[in-house]
Amino acid sequence: MSSDDLGAVATLHDPVRRAVYEYVISRGREVGRNEAAEAVGVQRTLAAFHLDKLVEVGLLEAGFKRLGEKTGPGSGRPAKVYRRAAGEWQVSVPARDYRTLALVLAEVVDLLGGDERAEEAARKAGGRLAGRGDDLGETLRRRGYEPYEEDGSLRLRNCPFHVLSEEHPLLVCSMNLALCQGLLEGIGTDPARARLDPRPGECCVSFSINNEN
Amino acid sequence: MHLAQLNAARLRAPLDSPEIAEFVDLLEPINKVSDEAPGFVWRLKESEDPRETVHHDYGDDLVINFSVWESRQALWNFVYRSAHLPVLQRRREWFLHIAEPYSVMWWIPEGYIPSLAEGMERLELLRREGPTPEAFTFKDFYEAEAAGSAGGSSEAASLPAAAEVRK
Repeated sequence: MSSDDLGAVATLHDPVRRAVYEYVISRGREVGRNEAAEAVGVQRTLAAFHLDKLVEVGLLEAGFKRLGEKTGPGSGRPAKVYRRAAGEWQVSVPARDYRTLALVLAEVVDLLGGDERAEEAARKAGGRLAGRGDDLGETLRRRGYEPYEEDGSLRLRNCPFHVLSEEHPLLVCSMNLALCQGLLEGIGTDPARARLDPRPGECCVSFSINNEN
Repeated sequence: MHLAQLNAARLRAPLDSPEIAEFVDLLEPINKVSDEAPGFVWRLKESEDPRETVHHDYGDDLVINFSVWESRQALWNFVYRSAHLPVLQRRREWFLHIAEPYSVMWWIPEGYIPSLAEGMERLELLRREGPTPEAFTFKDFYEAEAAGSAGGSSEAASLPAAAEVRK
């Protein structure tokens, strides 16, 4: 844990700022000042203050974009817009480092060609993460997947294993799918509802909503 | 600079056998995803038939895929963040697991179309010497500056000091 990480995370202590941050990341796109202010129920200037503070510490990124329909002369100047920054911040007290060990273990699984065993283990682990009858969306939210609905699917905005999935994508995405299938088994629903359905910048798994059983 | 990538995988059974039929059926949809992917530049095609694999003299059991991309991110997003991933995940159903590298990438000048022979030489180079700026992998990646501007043929490009490993 670096002091910068602690500082960045600590800026979320303010409840309004945290609400602004959570609104922006829940959209998965650029959000303007007016929109954020309305969503959180504060004045535009206060929303702007918090948005810019979040950019200053690195949790959000800012850009400029024309929000209206019009283009060309007379369409007004571009509005300042905000989206989630790419980095990640970790705070653990006392210091813990599970990531380095996870990367080493993933390397070992690759070297041993043990991905099928890893998937079996992930499926079992997934089964222990949810209880019978638990709500799928709530379970995923609690685990940091940031689920949202789109076209009859539950998609996941955030990959909780991001660093590992960049280093060992095949292994980690396969394990994540197995974990999600195990989670469905734990809940007591059809594991085939989870499938690999990757998209740039999101988690590789999605769930069908329609075939509830 | 553009990024060239060659994949060469050994089939478990002949291409026209029932064991491989599902893979052959997936060629058309996956090639479509590839050719429409952001940052896709070029792919070696035997013909306009999207189900036909590249013909070559390196053995009938070797399936070769050879393509050019605008950037590492563009290729990465196609390989691991598109409908290609679920197919890649099933690779063991159709292809033998081999211990040596089966995929290589290297930087080329924009507009240049590398030959298959050059691609196979790059794969050999990777197998012989490990990752270098002339032949590398996603895991041991080299940025374009490290590979020089003349398709990796300049003297500076072959010096290890010029290498800048992306982490």
